[in-house]
Amino acid sequence: MTGFQRAIATLGGLAAAAALIIAILDPGGADMMLATGGLVLAAVGMRHHFGLNSGLNFGLMPQARIDLLASLGGMALLLSILDGDMPAASWALLVACWLFGWLAVEKAMAARHLSKALASVVSLAVPVFFGAWIIFVWEMMTIGLQIPTVLLPPPSMIAVRFAASTSILWADFQQTVIKAALSGYILGCGSAFIAAILIDRVPFLQRGLLPVGNFVSALPIIGIAPIMVMWFGFDWQSKAAVVVVMTFFPMLVNTLAGLQATQTMERDLLRTYASSYFQLLVKLRLPTAAPFIFNALKINSTLALIGAIVAEFFGTPIVGLGFRISTEVGRMNLDMAWAEIVVAALAGSLSYGLLSLLERQVTFWHPSNRRKSS
Amino acid sequence: MSQDTNSTPAIQADKLCLTFDANDGPVHALKDVDLTIEKGDFVSFIGPSGCGKTTLLRVIADLEHPTGGTISVNGMTPEEARLGGAYGYVFQAPALLAWRTIERNIGLPLEIMGISRAEQAERVQRTLELVGLDGFGRKFPWQLSGGMQQRASIARALAFDADLLLMDEPFGALDEIVRDHLNEQLLQLWKKTGKTICFVTHSIPEAVYLSTRIVVMSPRPGRVTDIIESDLPDERPLDIRESKRFLEIAQRVRNGLREGHSYD
Amino acid sequence: MTGMVNRIAPIAVVVAAIMIIWYGFTVHLNAPWQIERYEKAGTEWQMSDLVRDTMAQGRPILPAPHQIVTEIWNTTVKKKITSKRSLIYHGSITLSSTLLGFAMGTILGIGLAVSIVENRAMDKSLMPWIITSQTIPILAIAPMIIVVLNAVGLSGLVPKALISTYLSFFPVVVGMVKGLRSPDPMLMDLMRTYKASRLQTFWKLRLPASVPFLFASMKVAIAISLVGAIVGELPTGAVAGLGARLLAGSYYGQTIQIWSALISAACMAALLVGVVGLISHFALRRMGLRT
Repeated sequence: MTGFQRAIATLGGLAAAAALIIAILDPGGADMMLATGGLVLAAVGMRHHFGLNSGLNFGLMPQARIDLLASLGGMALLLSILDGDMPAASWALLVACWLFGWLAVEKAMAARHLSKALASVVSLAVPVFFGAWIIFVWEMMTIGLQIPTVLLPPPSMIAVRFAASTSILWADFQQTVIKAALSGYILGCGSAFIAAILIDRVPFLQRGLLPVGNFVSALPIIGIAPIMVMWFGFDWQSKAAVVVVMTFFPMLVNTLAGLQATQTMERDLLRTYASSYFQLLVKLRLPTAAPFIFNALKINSTLALIGAIVAEFFGTPIVGLGFRISTEVGRMNLDMAWAEIVVAALAGSLSYGLLSLLERQVTFWHPSNRRKSS
Repeated sequence: MSQDTNSTPAIQADKLCLTFDANDGPVHALKDVDLTIEKGDFVSFIGPSGCGKTTLLRVIADLEHPTGGTISVNGMTPEEARLGGAYGYVFQAPALLAWRTIERNIGLPLEIMGISRAEQAERVQRTLELVGLDGFGRKFPWQLSGGMQQRASIARALAFDADLLLMDEPFGALDEIVRDHLNEQLLQLWKKTGKTICFVTHSIPEAVYLSTRIVVMSPRPGRVTDIIESDLPDERPLDIRESKRFLEIAQRVRNGLREGHSYD
Repeated sequence: MTGMVNRIAPIAVVVAAIMIIWYGFTVHLNAPWQIERYEKAGTEWQMSDLVRDTMAQGRPILPAPHQIVTEIWNTTVKKKITSKRSLIYHGSITLSSTLLGFAMGTILGIGLAVSIVENRAMDKSLMPWIITSQTIPILAIAPMIIVVLNAVGLSGLVPKALISTYLSFFPVVVGMVKGLRSPDPMLMDLMRTYKASRLQTFWKLRLPASVPFLFASMKVAIAISLVGAIVGELPTGAVAGLGARLLAGSYYGQTIQIWSALISAACMAALLVGVVGLISHFALRRMGLRT
């Protein structure tokens, strides 16, 4: 164990001991379960002081497993007694759980000689565990501290609302993501790609458009939303138009940069084969540009969603993610607004994830994606 | 190939000049270069950096355009020769496309020249065997060592039966042991195929070991100072480099380089 | 000298072309309404009248560039700064929340990057979520954040700045992590042979190496921070700021006002990125890293 791990373990043990003492001393609610939890966790945290490391010494990462179990057990205990009136001891236990979770991750990270499969499980489990923790703390805080639901509803409430209103969410998803964002995205990225290939043939235009395109990419283009709503009406067409403009320039600039990224040596090589412009483009320059193009596609997937949703603030039919978020916030139905945010977040992360997957398939050869084993 | 074309030299340069415009005045990369290379020659170009040896190779391959003089390749202009697929160019770096397997990299020039699928496969297989990369065709370039990558790039240059192999310090980035090995293999290839090879190098032993003729060049302006015929036997084991004749030729090359050097 | 001309000439041509196309569209888009008016009034009209009048409408579909410039001139130089119609007043409000958000985002980003580089547990747990956080269209929930924070008594500058912070910390984290990891392994080994502590390696090697990366990401961060501030101003009931001007303009169909707010925002973005670029230029030159 490193000094750092020892310090976390001791702190965790102390927090658990504090939970134990508070639970016993608390005149109002001497809670047996909390006291027991505090005792067990304090023992886990302090075990290295007493040389008690031999308990479960088999299998993989035995020590990290004990800390993880302690953390998860504490979390389960806290969830089981979660209500609007949490005794003070539970907050001390929460801190202890958090420290043990951290300790388990520290130890798992420090573990050497993990098999490849196990290492990939760990590298997936760690962020999932972290995310679960955020949601857990959110749930604890909102319910335990009785935060008004008009400010921040607990995750459980959002989940219930989500499950109850899937048809509305689906309609909003179709309106905003499929109709507005996706059509604008395809149109914007596609036209920018074609424009880049045409511009690339005229060096003068390229030298003029690249700085202008870079400049426009940095502008708050989202501001054209009200203009587009005036021009194209309230329905999804105006939102798609915003998305087209927002996605056009990142794609243009990245594709142009990608087309320029070929090495002179490789160009010379194809020249000695007397290759035509089209052959050069397809066989050398587009593959070289692929990482740049995917970069733009990923940036644009987020921009498209933002554009489509924000444009709805400037006028919309009574359906759509942006519309729903603003009206439900107005009605103080924060749980519904959050359910819509979950939809938006899922749409954003999924499209990003799919694009990343596709990128790995297409640009497997790029140094950042290479796996030497074969 | 007919008797007639066999008698024309592979490369014929007359008073070849190439001047670049730099910020502080013109740079004479090549000045009044006269050179004749016969078919089947193995010619090395040697000289300090800036002597124009790479530039000369690029002019031959139609990658640079001379500003004066004339040059012909197999009796044609370099451009005609390039469009006719006369050049197999091997660069300092392997320049293999990372997204293609070794097979498909070697097949690249064949695809561009519009050769049928079946013949592509057959030729790729033949050249893979020729450079000793049999069984590595399905690998990606980045999965092979530097030496193997460079062999693959030589295979690519051989795949379409170019008349001329132009090699620009192809082994410069490799360590000496690999280099010796590839030098031996290159000589065998040359004997087997009878191609004309132009080979740029910094290394005197490499030039003497490989060549039938050694062209010594010097910088500012880039020009040919000496052309040395080598009378080493065709059969050249690596230890020929310790023979007296080899050392004499190497000494002549070294003297030629020293004379051309302006010490400024 | 010729280098400058070679660089600027194509840009100038492209910008001029955009202007010409813009004027063309102004006439084309505004013409139907103008012709309708001519016909109602029964006036005879020539092409030259049409061109002149389409560029002088009160609420055109597309205002001509010179109309926007005039509007900006009228609402900046000719208005008192304290006036509610002064663009300088609105701009300064947006600017202050942009800068506050940018500062907080940069500090947060540097802090996160340092902890990610120095601690593997942090790297593994945080990095995936930092990337995921950017796939969530935060701008979309900006209004909600503003309303909720208003309800707990946080209003004015801070809520808007928080949105800018959320947007701007990301490029800084990504850039800084890359920068802190950029030192050559050889140099890292060299530090080990000197028996340098982690802290010394950080101060003497990692941090200086990361500076160019930091500036590059700060340029992105400040531009995106401005976007956050503008969107953050949309739901505040259209009181103040460039975003509020956009919203007010769209309520009352004041296209010239929308465009002038938009162009001002664009100029502000260019200015901010330019200032960061200038600071970066001098800082890197002082460090001998001028590229």
